[in-house]
Amino acid sequence: MVVWNKLKITVHTAETENYLYKNSFDVEGGNFNNAGAVSTQVKSILKNIGLPNNVIRKAAIACYESEINIVSYARQGVINLIVTPKTVEFDIADEGPGIPDIELAMEQGYSTADRQIREMGFGAGMGLYNIKCSSDIFNLTSEVDKGTFLKIIINIP
Amino acid sequence: MKLREVKEILDADVIVGAEKLEIEVKTAFGADLMSDVLAFAKSGSLLLTGLTNAQVIKTAAARNIAAIILVRGKQPSSEAINMAKELQIPILATKYILFETAGILYNKGIVGCLKKVESDSLYK
Repeated sequence: MVVWNKLKITVHTAETENYLYKNSFDVEGGNFNNAGAVSTQVKSILKNIGLPNNVIRKAAIACYESEINIVSYARQGVINLIVTPKTVEFDIADEGPGIPDIELAMEQGYSTADRQIREMGFGAGMGLYNIKCSSDIFNLTSEVDKGTFLKIIINIP
Repeated sequence: MKLREVKEILDADVIVGAEKLEIEVKTAFGADLMSDVLAFAKSGSLLLTGLTNAQVIKTAAARNIAAIILVRGKQPSSEAINMAKELQIPILATKYILFETAGILYNKGIVGCLKKVESDSLYK
């Protein structure tokens, strides 16, 4: 369940009793200088936990593309990370314009990115597709003029 | 091939990472699209790119890139240099264009991260 209000986005994740790690990271929309900082941190956390390289790679891709999306399109967002013995889970919510047509947004090559985003080497319409391919469970929901919520689960073999 | 040899054959300047020239590299990936780097590059590869901002460094870090080769005489932004120092990723700059850079490295035995993109080659 996602609760939207003007200043704070709260994501209520189903209580996982057996988690190894749990944390929440704020992402500021429009701050391109800082884009990628959360993902860099998340990657080093997963490395310290000692997860397999393959899992870290998928999680790093999914987290990084999601962070770029928040910075590029939303006003603010939050990335919640939960690591259990069997999964790496991200609950990612943002407050922003939302996605009117999710099916279209999922298509490779479709993008609404502006010049600034493209100059960073993103905005080629690959982000959501990359996230989906890196995830075992990918669930994207959005409300226009409110925001977007993304649930990602990566299984640990 | 050692990064030192990469520097020599590409007549490249070492912008960041002079202390890491002994690392060994076997594969490379060339792109200006960071999403493609995330999707297709392999850990421990060289990244050949013409993009010079700090996002390249963060993408390289996310993907465990061994070193970045900036092509076409491009110079990194100061943010990119600072980020590369912080994340300890070497940056080399060569005047060769991307095509020539790739050809020179290929001739010396560096191979691509993958040959072709097939439907099942993503994220493997």
